[in-house]
Order: sequence, then C-alpha cells, then structure tokens
Amino acid sequence: MTVSDRPTPTRLVLAAGQADRQYWRDLWHYRELLLILAWRDVSVRYKQTVVGIVWAFIRPFLTMVVFTVIFGHIAKVTTGTSAPYAIVVIGGLLPWTLFSSILGDASSSVVGNANLITKVYFPRLIIPLATVLVVVIDFAVSLSILAGLMIWYGVVPGWQILLMPLFTILALLASLGPAIWAAAIVVKYRDFRFVIPFVLQFGLYVSPVGFPSSVVPERWRLLYNLNPMVGIIDGFRWSIIGGESPIYLPGFILSLAVTAVFLWWGIHTFRRIERGFADII
Amino acid sequence: MTDTVIRAEGLSKKFIIGHKIERDGLLREAMTAGARTLFRKGADFLRGRVTNSPGQIEEFWALRDLDFEIRRGELVGIIGHNGAGKSTLLKILSRITEPTEGRVEIDGRVNSLLEVGTGFHPELSGRENIFLNGAILGMSRAEMRRRFDQIVEFSGVSKFIDTPVKRYSVGMYVRLAFAVAAHLEAEILVVDEVLSVGDAEFQSRCLNRMSEVAGSGRTVLFVSHNFAAVTALTRRSLVLEGGRLAFDGPVDSGLAHYTASLGKTERVRNWGRGKDATLISAKLVDSEGRATENFTPGTPLRLHVVVETTGMPGMSLAVTLRDQHNLPIGFYSSASFSNVPLPTSAGRYECVLSLDPLYLAAGEYGIDLQTTSTAIVVDHRVDGAVQFFVNACNPGDVGYDFRQDQGAGHLALRLNAPLRFVHLPTANTPNLHSEQRLG
Repeated sequence: MTVSDRPTPTRLVLAAGQADRQYWRDLWHYRELLLILAWRDVSVRYKQTVVGIVWAFIRPFLTMVVFTVIFGHIAKVTTGTSAPYAIVVIGGLLPWTLFSSILGDASSSVVGNANLITKVYFPRLIIPLATVLVVVIDFAVSLSILAGLMIWYGVVPGWQILLMPLFTILALLASLGPAIWAAAIVVKYRDFRFVIPFVLQFGLYVSPVGFPSSVVPERWRLLYNLNPMVGIIDGFRWSIIGGESPIYLPGFILSLAVTAVFLWWGIHTFRRIERGFADII
Repeated sequence: MTDTVIRAEGLSKKFIIGHKIERDGLLREAMTAGARTLFRKGADFLRGRVTNSPGQIEEFWALRDLDFEIRRGELVGIIGHNGAGKSTLLKILSRITEPTEGRVEIDGRVNSLLEVGTGFHPELSGRENIFLNGAILGMSRAEMRRRFDQIVEFSGVSKFIDTPVKRYSVGMYVRLAFAVAAHLEAEILVVDEVLSVGDAEFQSRCLNRMSEVAGSGRTVLFVSHNFAAVTALTRRSLVLEGGRLAFDGPVDSGLAHYTASLGKTERVRNWGRGKDATLISAKLVDSEGRATENFTPGTPLRLHVVVETTGMPGMSLAVTLRDQHNLPIGFYSSASFSNVPLPTSAGRYECVLSLDPLYLAAGEYGIDLQTTSTAIVVDHRVDGAVQFFVNACNPGDVGYDFRQDQGAGHLALRLNAPLRFVHLPTANTPNLHSEQRLG
C-alpha cells in the first residue's frame, strides 16, 4: 500500500468515555463552521423586520432612557461623579446587555440546533460560540449610543478609553462560562429555560448598572464583587469616565477569579454532557 | 492489514427506555424520582434486602457486540429491519453518538450524510444555503467555491439560486440539498437512506454520482431499503438483526439472508392480548406467500395475519393503512366491508387479506391491525403491526417516480380510458366554414 497518496492519515478511536484529545484541534478545524453559523444567525435575525439591525440600537437605548428618567430624575440616585447620569447608565448597560444577551441566547442555542446535533458531528462548543459572535455584532452597533451620548454631553474620554476593548473581552469571558454551562444543562433539564430569564432580570438589579458600585458600603464591597460583572462593569465605566469612577482593585481581581472559575466549570460541564447530546436532546 | 480503514470491536450501544427522566428531563421528575428511589432503597436496606432492580428503567441494546473490518475502497451496504440498529451504527461511525461498550478505530476523514439538507434555513437563499450546508457537512469554503458551479448545475435550480428556499417547491429543495451532498469530499462516506428523493430521472443521476464517488477509491457505507440501489452500489453487505451482526458477505447473499429472515422472525415481539380475539402475527407477503417488506404498486396488497379467538361470535378484523407521517389513508373492516366475522369455534387461525391493487406512491407505509367486537368496540389493537416500503411508483411506465414526499398524496390516479385532447373552436379563431365563405 502506498502511503504517499493519503492526505495526512488521522487515526480516530471511538469508545465509551474516550478522553478526546482531538477535541481542541477539531474545534480549530471547524472554525469556518463557527463563522458560517454566526453569519446565518445574523442574516436571519432581522429578516422580515422593518427596521432591521436598528433593533440592536433601540433596545439598549430605550432601557437607558428609562433608567435615566426613573433613577436619574425621579429617584435621583447619586453617582458621585460629575458625568451625566445617562453616560453612567450606558457605561453599565452596554456590558450588562452583552452579558445578558450571551447568557440568554447561548443557553437555548444547543436545544435550538437539535436538528444539527442529531445529524452531523462537529465540536458542539461551536454552537454557543456562534451565538456569542452574533451578540458581539449587536454590541458593536449599540456602541454608537455611547458615542452619540458622549458627543451630546460633550464628554471627552481620557486615555482610559483605549482599555475599553480589554473590558469588553473580560465581559465576554465572564458571560461565556455561565452561558456554556447553561447551554449544556438546558439540554438535559429544560427547566433552566425558565430559570435563566429570572436570573437575568434579577442580575440587572444586583449589578451596578443603574448606579456605580461605590454606593455599596465598603465592608460589603468585596462580597459584592463575587458577582463577576461588578468588577467588569466598573472597569468598563472607568474606561469611559476615567478617574471619577475608580476601579476597586481587590474586588476587580476577585471578579476576574470568579470569571475564570465559571469559565472552567462551564467548559468542563459542557464537555461532560456533550457526549450524550444526541441521545438526550 | 495496513488498508483497514474501519475496525469495530465488540461495539455496543445501550439506550435507556421507558424512563421518564431520560426522555423529558424535567428537574422536578428527576428530583421526585430520585427521592422515591432513595426512599425505596433505604426501605429495602432496612429490611436487609439489597435490590439491584432499577425500577422503571428498561435497558435496550440497539447494538450488541459488533465486530467487523472495512478496507479502503470497499463499498458496503448495511441492511436490516427497522430498529435493527442501522441508524445507530451510522451515528456511531459519524461520531454523533458514543458507543456504550467496545471501540471503533477509524483511519481517515469520515463524512456522513444522514439526511439531505441538514441545517438548511428557509429564510436564506439557495446560494447561501449551499455554503451553509457545505460547512455543516464539513467542507471548507475554498472547497465550496471550487465546486459551487458544479453543485448549482447538478441541482438544476440555477434560475432560483438567489430566492429564499422557503419559496422552493419540495422537489427543488430536495434537488438542491442533494446536489450539495453529492459533492461531498471524503475518504470515508457514510450515507443513510437519502437517495429516496426526487423523481426517477434525478434519482438515477444521484445513483450515477454515488457510483462515481464509490469508483474513485473511496470507502462508502450505505444504508437503504431500496434493494436496487444497494445492489447497484455495493459489493459487500452487513446484515443487522436486533442489534447483532447476522451476516457479513457478498451483497447478493446478504439480501437473500435478509429476505429469508423476514419470514423467520415474523415479528415475534409481544403484542399483548385482546379479550376475545388476539392478533398473533402479521406480515406482508408476495404472490407466492413469501414474507416481504416491499410492495409493488399495481399488485394486490397481501397481508398474512394470524389471529386467535375464543370463539366469541361477532368478532371481526380491521386494517388501517398509514403513510410515513402516520396519517390514516385507507381502511378495511371484515365486518363492515365484507360481512365476514371471525370463526366462532375457539382456536388459532391464519388468513390472507388480499386487497385490490393500489398504486401507492413510493415511500414508507405502516399498517395498524385491530380486532373488534360487533364492528365497534376495539378488542385488540396493534399499531404499526406491519411496515413496508414502496421503492418506486411509475404508474404509466414513462420513467416518472411518484413519491409520497412530493406532498401530492399517496395514490397515483390512473386513467381508465386513453387521454385525448380535442380542439375546441372559439369565437376568435375563425373556423373553416367562414374562411371559405370569405374567400
């Protein structure tokens, strides 16, 4: 037998509980599928809607207006900064929307693609990852609200704005862990479909979206940062307003640690349940 | 051997059935069932009994101890009844599901085709779906671009390539989907029953394409109920029976083995019992009384039924024919349609219900049987007692294949007099008379 005419022979062993060392290589091999699934979701998302992608803009914008009117003007929440309340809110709302959309969309993504899972092989992580890409595109669109508000109020960003991409990536990582975990667990227990919207609604109020986290009493702050979005939202807001909204460093580090743990746990759970997806979906 | 590309050893796959939690996966049920099990186990333990009985859990081995080897370039047909484990085997080989025991070694890139049009999105255009479907099937974008024109040409829908596929007819949709699949590049190709789509002309094109693929030195594993396709495409066959490998050898002997086993096994599963009349077995038979799973349109549909009766008077037998979606499409009752009751002395009887020739569309069908008392009250009922296939329906011998999945019903309507078109003169077309007069 001539070996030369074979394109890179790869020996694959399929057996129960086989620790699949090829998984990460496969994930790389299927990167085009990731892009194509994301592209599919983006191009289908706003089909037969009148205003299309503008929806990505409308939702966070209206939320911002509601927050500004209720908390800024009626309840008169103190922000401790000279920055307009609208800017403070949008600085928290953008990373929070990123988080909640990723968790919300990705958690139902695997079940939503059941037809693919029972018919073709590919590393299943591709599915929640593709939803993440879609959300990131919406996020990019909604950044224009921030730009618009900064021009409106004449807020000039400092050098910190350069770190905004870093905080965006951290927000992505913080959402990825719980999202991947939920995507896998929903396959088995559909109950979590009802749990997640509730968690997200709740999360909006316990995360520093409508207020800066500095309003939390000093002795509770570290505990407060167990919510990984706290440190990240603080950081994101700091990158816009700068020194007037300082980052609470121990809390920030704690938030990062929690993010890392969630990420590891999410991937671990997903990989464990993934093997049986086709049988239980 | 260096050129073995697939080696399976003791391959087994177990499913848990009849177990609410596994199927619905509601947390509440998992918790209550868990609590119940815990309670029962605790009670058993206190009583000093150790129980291993898993309660309502029932194990089902879809595949059991499969050993086989497949060499490079072999064309293998996988044959078996419904539920014999064919699909499970293909799913394991295509890495969709994991084996419970045993192992498979695979040398080379496997591409599987368990369905045409996997992942097609109705809102996207034909062009977009080609790229989407290709990526899902594991083709690279470069590969897709290279083959794009070929695919479009093969599908024959180039005019509508930028129309969303939700506006396609079923036929166009299927052609496009198959066109992508037919251009899949793989060292090992695993194909489930997917050739049974489209009209006869398109099917033969697909078959040609498949044999081209097979001829180019690729390894092909192929499942089909279409004996003609299996014979045409493959040389070797694996026959599965109840999850076990029953035969491994040349395709002709394999098909013979399979056909013979149809008579032998005769649906020995337990159908339960009726009060007065119990259905024991049922099978489709050909004109010589041999069991078959294939029905030829235009021949009588012959059903061999064994029934046991207590001798209760007024019992009768009824048949419901169902299509692939399990919708009823035909009915027969021995009481209401022929006024023939079951015998009134107790015992076991066999009979052949020979139904008038039907021109059934190609596809899958099922038959429900029931015994009734006084033609109204169901005594014993067996859903899906018989399953059969129509491989091709070509009522007029013009090379057209009428199929169930075309969505035009299940019966080919036939003429009982030749079709003639007679020209009707209208007001605008002057007839010969007036012309003559004008002239």
